[in-house]
Amino acid sequence: MTVFVLLTITGLGLAALYFLVASGLSLIFGLMDVLNFAHGVFLTIGAYATWWSAQRLDLIGEPTLRLVVAIAIGMAVGAAVAVAVEVAFIRPLYGQHVGQILVTVGLALALTALLRAIFTPDARAFPVPDWMGDTTSVFGASIPNSRFVGIAAAVAVYVGLMAFLKRTRYGLIIRAGVENRAMVTALGINVTRAFTLVFAIGGLAAALGGAIAGTYATSINPEQGGHLLIFAFIVVIIGGLGSLRGAAIASVLVGLLQQYANFYALVGAGDLIVVLLLAVVLLLRPQGIGGRAAA
Amino acid sequence: MSDTTTTLPTTTATTTPRSGVGRLLPWLGVALLAALPFIPITIPVVFGGPLDSPGTLNLLALMLVFGALALTYDILFGFTGLLSFGHALYFALGVYATTIAVTHFGLSLLSAVLVTVALGVVLPLLLGAICLRVGDIAFAMVTLAFAQAGSIFVLRDPLRITGGEEGLALDFRALPEVFVGVVNTRYVFWLALAFAVLVYLVSRAVVHSRAGRVWQAIRENEQRVEVLGLQPYAFKLLSFVVASFLATLGGIVYVLLLGGASPGVTTATFTLTLLVMVVLGGTGTLWGAVLGGALYTYLNQRLVSLSGSDFVEELPGVVRGPLSEPLFILGALFVALVMFFPGGIAGLRDAAVGRRVAGLVRHLTPGRAGEDR
Repeated sequence: MTVFVLLTITGLGLAALYFLVASGLSLIFGLMDVLNFAHGVFLTIGAYATWWSAQRLDLIGEPTLRLVVAIAIGMAVGAAVAVAVEVAFIRPLYGQHVGQILVTVGLALALTALLRAIFTPDARAFPVPDWMGDTTSVFGASIPNSRFVGIAAAVAVYVGLMAFLKRTRYGLIIRAGVENRAMVTALGINVTRAFTLVFAIGGLAAALGGAIAGTYATSINPEQGGHLLIFAFIVVIIGGLGSLRGAAIASVLVGLLQQYANFYALVGAGDLIVVLLLAVVLLLRPQGIGGRAAA
Repeated sequence: MSDTTTTLPTTTATTTPRSGVGRLLPWLGVALLAALPFIPITIPVVFGGPLDSPGTLNLLALMLVFGALALTYDILFGFTGLLSFGHALYFALGVYATTIAVTHFGLSLLSAVLVTVALGVVLPLLLGAICLRVGDIAFAMVTLAFAQAGSIFVLRDPLRITGGEEGLALDFRALPEVFVGVVNTRYVFWLALAFAVLVYLVSRAVVHSRAGRVWQAIRENEQRVEVLGLQPYAFKLLSFVVASFLATLGGIVYVLLLGGASPGVTTATFTLTLLVMVVLGGTGTLWGAVLGGALYTYLNQRLVSLSGSDFVEELPGVVRGPLSEPLFILGALFVALVMFFPGGIAGLRDAAVGRRVAGLVRHLTPGRAGEDR
């Protein structure tokens, strides 16, 4: 029972991470049909920006507050990079899906290499306040507090994004665009701005995910975004491209399944099962859990 | 079935008929390459050692293998229009099946190669049949998923046979003597050359065959092929199996070249680098893909040693750091190519030829050219 609780909560912690990456990916794909291979780099850049600012914010003595401010800076950097990528690289290639995918592939390789060059390939210690490293006992299982923070952050992002999509004008345009972009354009609405917006949202969420991943592992490295990206892709496809709710459900499914199978079955079995689940979903229900609807 | 295929329009894959000399030129190039191990010339900067040194031959062999591998990916992506993110799996199959058969099961090299060749037909047939049930992005994702499963299997190593992250060395006692030791690098080089020539010839033959023309028709417009009464599925599966099988053969050559397997070749990043190679050289061209693969490999290897040279050492740190990462330069180059020269190197040549032809036409008919504008 203790082990099961531990696996469940760490699984949910992992799911939180997947969701933070997958939410942006899903919206971007749903709206623009761009499979963004550079999304993992947004996460890594966010993590490094957070780490870099946390080291320089010694004015703020309180570690938690310092980390919060650093994460805010990291998210801003992540969003800025995402917007820059959209404007400079994706926009000139509108209408060429393969070209856009190829550009994001190239950016992913180049930017990861750039991070390696600037910060060396070695892992860097990530500043985690003591209380986040401590554990809380839940039904006898000792859970690191960072997992609760991660889950709370993902839930907050989910609720916030849902409110944004359902209650604001831009959210409406994004939802309509995901469903039928041609029609939205035909109605005279400028979808281009929505494209930039979903990239900014994706960059924000991914950068937050990078910081959360940093608190989990207490270290960051240039390759971490790429590792997470593959599973985020799987989550996005299982959840249904463009569907935020689907992405949330699929994140939980994938995170839990991975943890359980890796523990109860062979090491690595969880990862394999998740991959096979993706294949099964694609073959039986190609539209995924959520189908094609943003919210 | 064969009756229906004859009615297909044969508009694509036009090659200009070559004169006798033009036909011989590629073979002269191959002969020159084959003679390299006997030419003790040093080309400074370009290669680290003389042409006949093991280091240079090794690099050249690697360039040939990856050039050919890029061509196998081009069959899929460039000629059939199938964007696969799992091509690394079939190359890795050749690498790991051979190594495991020799090192773990004590098979002779010949039996190991035979087993690997058999697997190289069965696995793509099986997985291709599944993956091709979906199209476009979904196809890319399913291939990625299967390749990722292979990568996880190799890295996590649940059966304790792949050596995990450390990789697995090929038991050299099982190898014929000509493939063992630095002294014999030339034999491996010739093997790589033979492999590259084989892949080129096979690719040229299949691309210009009836099936190859259907592949290109599928790339242009799959629906039209269906309307013409052909089943794209069978043709796509054929393309998938041919490309994957040739990649598996490449894996076998690669193992003999490096003397073992390392998990890097199983990763999604490796497939992405194949994509970069093909686009670098020019998608949908035979020699462009080979050139792209060879050039990429060359730059990837040589930029590291160049970054240690005096010239780079003198540069300020801001510039020196990124230059020491070959993938940064290659990635940036790739992005620039996709954005500004989607045809790759082959496209550049075509554009240059096109300009020259256009210039010639304008020169011959000065009055007409003005009217057209």
